Amino acid sequence: MKAVVPTSRRDFLKQSALAGGALVIAFVVPSANRFAQAQEAGTAAAMPFAPNAFLRIAADDSVTVLLAHSEMGQGIWTSLPMLIAEELDADWSKLRVEHAIAAPAYAHAMFGMQMTGGSSTISSEFDRYRQAGAMARALLVQAAAARMGVAVADCRSENGKIIAGEQSLRYGELVDDASKLKAPASVALKEPKDWKLIGKGSRRLDSPEKITGRAGFGIDVRFEGLLTAVVLRAPIFGGSVKSVDSSAAKQVPGVQKIVQVPSGVAVVADHYWAAKLGRDALVVEWEPGPNAALDSDALRLQFRAMAASDGLMVANVGDAASALTASEAVLEAEYFVPYLAHAPMEPLNCTVKIEPESCEIWTGTQFQTMDQMVAAQITGLRPEQVRVNTTFLGGGFGRRATPVSDFLTEAVHVAKAAGAPVKTVWSREDDIRGGYYRPMYLHRARIALDGEGIPASWDHTIVGQSILAGTPFESMMVKDGIDSTSTEGIADSAYLKAVANHRVQLHSPNTGIPVLWWRSVGHTHTAFVMETLVDELAARAGQDPLAYRRLLLKDHPRHLGVLNLAAEKIGWDTSKPLVGRARGIAVHESFGSFVAEIAEVSIEQGKIRVHRVVAAIDCGIAVNPDGVVAQLESAIAFGLGAALYSSLSFKDGRVQESNFHDYRVLRLSEMPLIEAHIVPSTLPPSGVGEPGTPPIAPAVANAIAALTGQRLRELPLRPTA
Amino acid sequence: MKLSVNGSVHEVSAPADMPLLWVLRDLIGLTGTKFGCGVAQCGACTVHLDGAPVRSCVTPASAAEGKTITTIEGLSVDGSHPVQRAWTEIDVVQCGYCQSGQIMSAVALLAAKPNPSDADIDAAMSGNICRCGTYQRVRAAVHKAAELTKS
Repeated sequence: MKAVVPTSRRDFLKQSALAGGALVIAFVVPSANRFAQAQEAGTAAAMPFAPNAFLRIAADDSVTVLLAHSEMGQGIWTSLPMLIAEELDADWSKLRVEHAIAAPAYAHAMFGMQMTGGSSTISSEFDRYRQAGAMARALLVQAAAARMGVAVADCRSENGKIIAGEQSLRYGELVDDASKLKAPASVALKEPKDWKLIGKGSRRLDSPEKITGRAGFGIDVRFEGLLTAVVLRAPIFGGSVKSVDSSAAKQVPGVQKIVQVPSGVAVVADHYWAAKLGRDALVVEWEPGPNAALDSDALRLQFRAMAASDGLMVANVGDAASALTASEAVLEAEYFVPYLAHAPMEPLNCTVKIEPESCEIWTGTQFQTMDQMVAAQITGLRPEQVRVNTTFLGGGFGRRATPVSDFLTEAVHVAKAAGAPVKTVWSREDDIRGGYYRPMYLHRARIALDGEGIPASWDHTIVGQSILAGTPFESMMVKDGIDSTSTEGIADSAYLKAVANHRVQLHSPNTGIPVLWWRSVGHTHTAFVMETLVDELAARAGQDPLAYRRLLLKDHPRHLGVLNLAAEKIGWDTSKPLVGRARGIAVHESFGSFVAEIAEVSIEQGKIRVHRVVAAIDCGIAVNPDGVVAQLESAIAFGLGAALYSSLSFKDGRVQESNFHDYRVLRLSEMPLIEAHIVPSTLPPSGVGEPGTPPIAPAVANAIAALTGQRLRELPLRPTA
Repeated sequence: MKLSVNGSVHEVSAPADMPLLWVLRDLIGLTGTKFGCGVAQCGACTVHLDGAPVRSCVTPASAAEGKTITTIEGLSVDGSHPVQRAWTEIDVVQCGYCQSGQIMSAVALLAAKPNPSDADIDAAMSGNICRCGTYQRVRAAVHKAAELTKS
């Protein structure tokens, strides 16, 4: 399970992170795109016009937008093209969309490597994609003006045409001329008042493929000579192969090869079923390694003991320890969240074809640059000889963004060892038991209120494994041993900053279990802890939970904006829930955005039933408002599954759950009615994919407290009868 | 064995217990039907056998011999089936991976109950997991499809 991280990769990241600051707009067309252009030109009269890396226009008027980020459901297949089409005044019906291949031109404008994550696609591309469209338009106008014999100032663009007086030319007609012009040094962008698409929205451009089964996911890759592999991995993280008896597996019809790779034993066959049967027939003896005694219950006790000891100091203002000792009214609470798998619907897979001078890869990935470097290292090729084709992702949620490119690394090893093109496919059991989980966390908080019911002292300890330690991101995102993803949502909490005496400490035990970011990362646990604590403090202070939050957050207008909008829409002050139901509220800032959620719940036959959730988001400018609404619905459903059902446990080093029957996620009958609202804003866009997830668990827990008086401090939420 | 899929007969050589899912995907090349769990827990692999929805990941291909198999590719060539149109109008899809199965389950539901209630939808569609959580829109789109089917 352990991947070797070359130091050169770490250095690369450092360098590219530095370069990232200067990389405003890369108007370089990767050579691989030239190839696509030439192919597209085919029998057409002219080569397409490709003024930059992000779009090309062909003689048939089609505008192809190239995505530097991966579509995994979040809707950028539609919203990134909107940014280009807005400035280009493109004919929306002529738009085509493709994932860009892995190339330096598509490096993330903030992170310096090609990737999708941190709810950052729109915020990082808002300028670059608009500029790309505006630049293309400027060249088309220039070409049209020359052709029509008019001044540039007399031309306007509309719906895929340049118009001057009675004359007009379609973009396709200008492809040749525009290709010969030199790009302007700078281009002006439209004023927001002139936007025709941004803020108005559009239907999803990927629907036609996705409702007909035509959409190409990684698992759908097929070509002549392609074999399929499944890998038998160590049942315990850190385990290794001791001996292999593959005699029975070789007898399975369709099995071609059995090869050993660093992560286990791969059965390579004509198709998945043969590979799976072959794997079932393998007899492998394992060296258990250092984690054979791993037990999540025992680990929880260890975390509890750590929480009572001194950790690394994240924040220390005033004198929390003394103030708490002196105070009589102290709330003391322990919180716990379990390991979680991402369980994207498309099981992990990766297709690799290695040739003497090249390696071609097809996969649904969030981390193209890493993938390219890893594949280059394993194959002995240069990164530019590795062609990474990004397919649609059947869900990502962070799992397809491993800093060590785990599933791609394995697939490249399998193809290399097999000496043939191979698609390595994981089963659902492989996915649930394959690691890279949202880490287990335990928090301990001690809080004292002043005479007015306002927090006067707050002592908080966080215990949980660092996601970034030991990865290429460590040097950038772990400072003085403190992983910012372990403390986000608390270290930067608006509540805590206002507390005169506050202290936050962190323990980051390495458990041997591979851990990873999971939709909204550290906020998955910190929002749950903070928002249920604040709710409990409101009760102690004898105040309404909304009024109390308004008081504590009085200097935070964006928190207040979403709180007030959600409260107004559900009628917090003006209506009561039905008999047998109660409401709970939570608000949280993450990925630059602010979300408030109010859940209306009941308990039916001992089980929590969430009937309705009213949500409000402030994400700056909402480029595609219905897309934002869809992401709130999605983020709430994802978080609600974890709040109510999902949990992974370990015994004797082994993951106990295996598939959707025992790793429960939200199902349709459990979906509440969600009403999502957007706070109007003229601020730059911020995150949308993740910020809806953190508030749902505390909103539901707070509703349970309002309903029953029980303060549930552990996820998944399990009320006692 | 001979399998009738979307109106065409395919002669395939496969062990009798090979699940229909893998025969469709890996031998016939119809990749619209998806692998999600392999144990009939998620519904991504839903196809119709003589019009009835089945989980192809646990249905031996031999059990489909002599029956009419319909996959997502057989609903329409252009997305014009009322359920597909409803899916487009409501913008249901996100990552899209589970949607073939969602749509096949919805088509079967509407064939049995042309005017399903929310409770009918809950009962018929809760076997189809969507990790993107498109459930609210699935519900709305099933109702929309019921309308479109009538008109």
